[in-house]
Amino acid sequence: MTETFVPPTRFAVPGRIAVSEQAASVWQTATLTEIRRETPRASTYRFAVPGWPGHVPGQHLMVRLTAEDGYTAQRHYSIASAPDASGHVELTLDHVEGGEVSGWFHTVARVGDRVEVRGPVSGFFAWPGDRPALLIGAGSGVVPLMSMVRHHRARNLAVPLRMLVSARSPEELIYARELGAETTPVFTRRAPEGVPVGRMAAAHVAPLLAEQPPGGWEAYVCGSNSFAEHASRLLVTAGQPVDRIRIERFG
Amino acid sequence: MHITRGFTGRPRVDDPGLPPGQYDAGDDWPVLSAEVTPDLAPADWTFRVDGLVAEPRTWDWEEAHRLPPSAYEGAIHCVTSWSKFGVRFAGVSLDAFLDVVRPHGSATHAVAYSHTGYTTNLPLADLTGGRAWIAWEYDGRPLAPEHGGPARLLVPHLYFWKSAKWIAGLRILDHDEPGFWERNGYHERGNPWEEQRYSGD
Ligand SMILES: Cc1cc2nc3c(=O)[nH]c(=O)nc-3n(C[C@H](O)[C@H](O)[C@H](O)COP(=O)(O)OP(=O)(O)OC[C@H]3O[C@@H](n4cnc5c(N)ncnc54)[C@H](O)[C@@H]3O)c2cc1C
Repeated sequence: MTETFVPPTRFAVPGRIAVSEQAASVWQTATLTEIRRETPRASTYRFAVPGWPGHVPGQHLMVRLTAEDGYTAQRHYSIASAPDASGHVELTLDHVEGGEVSGWFHTVARVGDRVEVRGPVSGFFAWPGDRPALLIGAGSGVVPLMSMVRHHRARNLAVPLRMLVSARSPEELIYARELGAETTPVFTRRAPEGVPVGRMAAAHVAPLLAEQPPGGWEAYVCGSNSFAEHASRLLVTAGQPVDRIRIERFG
Repeated sequence: MHITRGFTGRPRVDDPGLPPGQYDAGDDWPVLSAEVTPDLAPADWTFRVDGLVAEPRTWDWEEAHRLPPSAYEGAIHCVTSWSKFGVRFAGVSLDAFLDVVRPHGSATHAVAYSHTGYTTNLPLADLTGGRAWIAWEYDGRPLAPEHGGPARLLVPHLYFWKSAKWIAGLRILDHDEPGFWERNGYHERGNPWEEQRYSGD
């Protein structure tokens, strides 16, 4: 018998993007070609990956570091760069206190170093640029969202795109120089003159949901778990359908 | 395998309870789900088992609680590399539900699905023999919504994405049918001791 499984809600859409088994299972060597400081705690790492199969904005990859005794550590990292034909991908890493992998990147890594990568893995939190997108992130949660913003710009897409991003202070706002009119920053500890300090609130989300584009927003929420819980609740309260909210939790 | 220049890793403790590539998260219990945590009251929770069974059946909260109680105390392992030891869950063994519906002899697999629509596939052998539970209590208290409350599937010997939160049902099948993460590049079975993280592992 081949009974087709009927999911109980519309959420059960598989990934929007089919993930290539091949790409998801093969480790490739990536060479670090550039390191750029973004904020006192975050830097961007650009890699040449000769066999990179390409990605969709929002997807992530796995990084694996191997010690001399064979010990390995692997972590997920969202791809920051827009898909392009350069043979490169960029990641932006927060320096996590006591972090094994982010610690290596921030204190040891230099141009020319090689690490292993695998992916892209997960087609769920992916945005090919087809539907209006409402992006909400905090801290390094802005990384996959920036890939979407960059893609939108690089392709001159006309589909509506808005981003709300929360950072502790202007100095800790990743990609600050690159953010444009599509972005509203929210500062939780210290803000520029005249900008209020405080947590992301209903007042930030409501105007965006009031100006619904035709077909409605596809919402993408990314950050720590507590931020993801908070932001997704704001969205639901403001009327965003739950099956049109995708969440990437960094843990 | 490529040695990473200057990478030594954290000092390793040789803990036989820790599967390869995992670390002990201690008191932390990270949350990793792709959907909004649902607002699901016990009164609205139901659990259905159907597909290749003699008697498909749906239990509500009260009915499920009348089945014999069963608890799990031990470790859980997440594919994102944390493990957690000495966790205490209480609920009902999945065997108690399966005894009622009686899977056909041809049944080999199940798809577990949640009230949010999340799905994950499991061989039936991983769900029987006292190795899987429907759990509604954690550490003596009702299971928190963000951890799958009011009730979740618990299959502690596999990576935790198999332990579907907000469990709504099991569809019993005679073949394997990949679920949400499995279609997104994760391994079909997910045994932490064999590091079956991604398809191809
Ligand atoms: C889908 C996804 C995408 C992500 N994308 C990004 C991204 O774009 N940018 C980004 O910066 N991060 C991202 N992350 C988070 C990232 O994967 C790592 O979790 C993060 O970089 C920390 O890893 P680490 O090795 O530096 O720290 P870890 O060594 O894993 O430490 C993390 C925490 O756990 C504790 N810990 C871990 N192991 C031990 C141990 N053995 N003993 C004691 N304490 C321990 C540490 O003290 C620390 O507080 C993403 C996560 C996910 C799931």
